[in-house]
Amino acid sequence: MKLLRFDRLAWLFMRVSGAVLVVLIFTHLTVNLMQDGGVKAIDFAFVAGKLADPFWQWFDVSLLWLALIHGTNGMRVIVDDYVYRTGLKKVLKASLAVSTVVLLVLGTLVIFTLDPCPVGSPAELLPSFCSAG
Amino acid sequence: MVKTVAREPRTVIRGTLYRGHEGMWSWVLHRITGVAIYFFLLVHILDTATVRLDPELYNVVMAAYKTPIMGLGEAALVAAIVFHAFNGLRIILVDMTAWASRHQRALFYGVLGMWAVVMIAFLPRHLMHVFGG
Repeated sequence: MKLLRFDRLAWLFMRVSGAVLVVLIFTHLTVNLMQDGGVKAIDFAFVAGKLADPFWQWFDVSLLWLALIHGTNGMRVIVDDYVYRTGLKKVLKASLAVSTVVLLVLGTLVIFTLDPCPVGSPAELLPSFCSAG
Repeated sequence: MVKTVAREPRTVIRGTLYRGHEGMWSWVLHRITGVAIYFFLLVHILDTATVRLDPELYNVVMAAYKTPIMGLGEAALVAAIVFHAFNGLRIILVDMTAWASRHQRALFYGVLGMWAVVMIAFLPRHLMHVFGG
């Protein structure tokens, strides 16, 4: 019963997170790949400029958590479908769990602790607001 | 005399290769695109994490994404994401409504159509960013 409850929750999570991710990722791709300069415009100044705004911090942290958990759960389902050896199954699922936790912590720390104007970096690499007053 | 014409079966099976209907292809493509996006996500969280270390380092890492070959890779990634997104919405609809599960085949062609429209809007702009001066 407990297992069934988990699988049902996982099923529901895939639908809810999936629908939200469509909005988040299409926005992410529009801003980072379609907006002026596209991929060529992505550099420290661009990212630090975005992450100086609480809106983009919360946007990116939601994207990180929903996308990575959605992807990890998808991989878990695939492991369940194709891997029959119980030992290997356990190793693969443990690797999925560990890598996901590590990347969630790492990504969340990066988003909330990034200093957009690090001391000693050349001003031309930094967002324009760093040198303003 | 009434002429009767034997109807061709929808799927003629030659040899042992099973070539399924729309439902199978949508399922296969959903898996393949999902796994591909998952592995890109792992790399993408790590490359973005370098933004926290040093502006110059982050710009060097991002330069790797701005080459022609990676530009084509990004086009393929976006193609995978857009398919996974629209097909995922189709899965949600099919799960939730009887109407959609009756029309899941038509909805799959709807997914392909919407995918084509978004790619036609995205590709010229992205390729101009990558290959244009």
